[in-house]
Amino acid sequence: MTDEAARVTLKTSGDVAFARQAAAKAMAAIGASTIKSTKFVTAVSEIARNAVIYGRGGVISFSEAGAAGQKRVVAVCTDRGPGIDDIDRAVSDGFSTGKSLGLGLGGAKRLVDRFEITSSSKQGTKVTLECGPR
Amino acid sequence: MLDAANPIPMMTINGCIIVAIRDDLDDQEIVSLQDRLVEEVAKRNAHGVVIDISSLEIVDTFAGRMLAAMAQMARVMNARTIVVGMRPAVAMTLVELGMTLDGVETALNADRAINAIVSDRSNKL
Ligand SMILES: Nc1ncnc2c1ncn2[C@@H]1O[C@H](COP(=O)(O)OP(=O)(O)O)[C@@H](O)[C@H]1O
Ligand SMILES: [Mg+2]
Repeated sequence: MTDEAARVTLKTSGDVAFARQAAAKAMAAIGASTIKSTKFVTAVSEIARNAVIYGRGGVISFSEAGAAGQKRVVAVCTDRGPGIDDIDRAVSDGFSTGKSLGLGLGGAKRLVDRFEITSSSKQGTKVTLECGPR
Repeated sequence: MLDAANPIPMMTINGCIIVAIRDDLDDQEIVSLQDRLVEEVAKRNAHGVVIDISSLEIVDTFAGRMLAAMAQMARVMNARTIVVGMRPAVAMTLVELGMTLDGVETALNADRAINAIVSDRSNKL
């Protein structure tokens, strides 16, 4: 069962900062360790920024999953942007169409316990990040 | 007062600019900090920059790239940049991101960073 805990609309770099705050709060609510929280918030920052820069803006929602005592945080970020042609290439380190480092998707994937991405030119991009407390 | 154009206090001691970055700057604020820092190095003819990131809970690829760029620009202007106060969880996360922060020197705290810069300077003089 998942209960949505927070939702942040992503249009500007300020919204990305709000998404980071919501992510930190969600991790605190499940009693996450500092390192887990730091990793998850960093991953959220990368994905939320991508939605703003490449996805023409989007929404990120946070919820809890799992039974009491083993709760995890799930973030789902969706946008209605142009989608990603070649997801494998986009997730690989060093690929960027934005003249930046190209470490956001690959890095986010390494930082969380579960990473899922789907994308199409019609529906835009959806990234799911899930992380437990330790 | 903190305002958008001038969000972060900077001071210069002994030719060394010291900046303490406030937590959760957005990308635009980071870019304007970078601009200001470069201006400040030129204006004060500084030979060192100490950037305290102890209040930063996370450093993502954007912030990391900006730190590296600030260090690089300062170097072009003959100033040495040292980043201090990086939290252990931040350092671990940067490694997993694959960010190497090339050319960014780090030190445990501002005292050590300033000492390193000042003694380096007196050796050169
Ligand atoms: N939400 C998105 N919508 C469309 N394209 C995206 C999205 N997120 C990522 N991309 C594409 O994937 C590439 C890699 O993203 P990332 O790993 O975050 O690196 P960077 O942001 O440095 O370019 C981007 O350059 C962009 O082409
Ligand atoms: Mg990115």
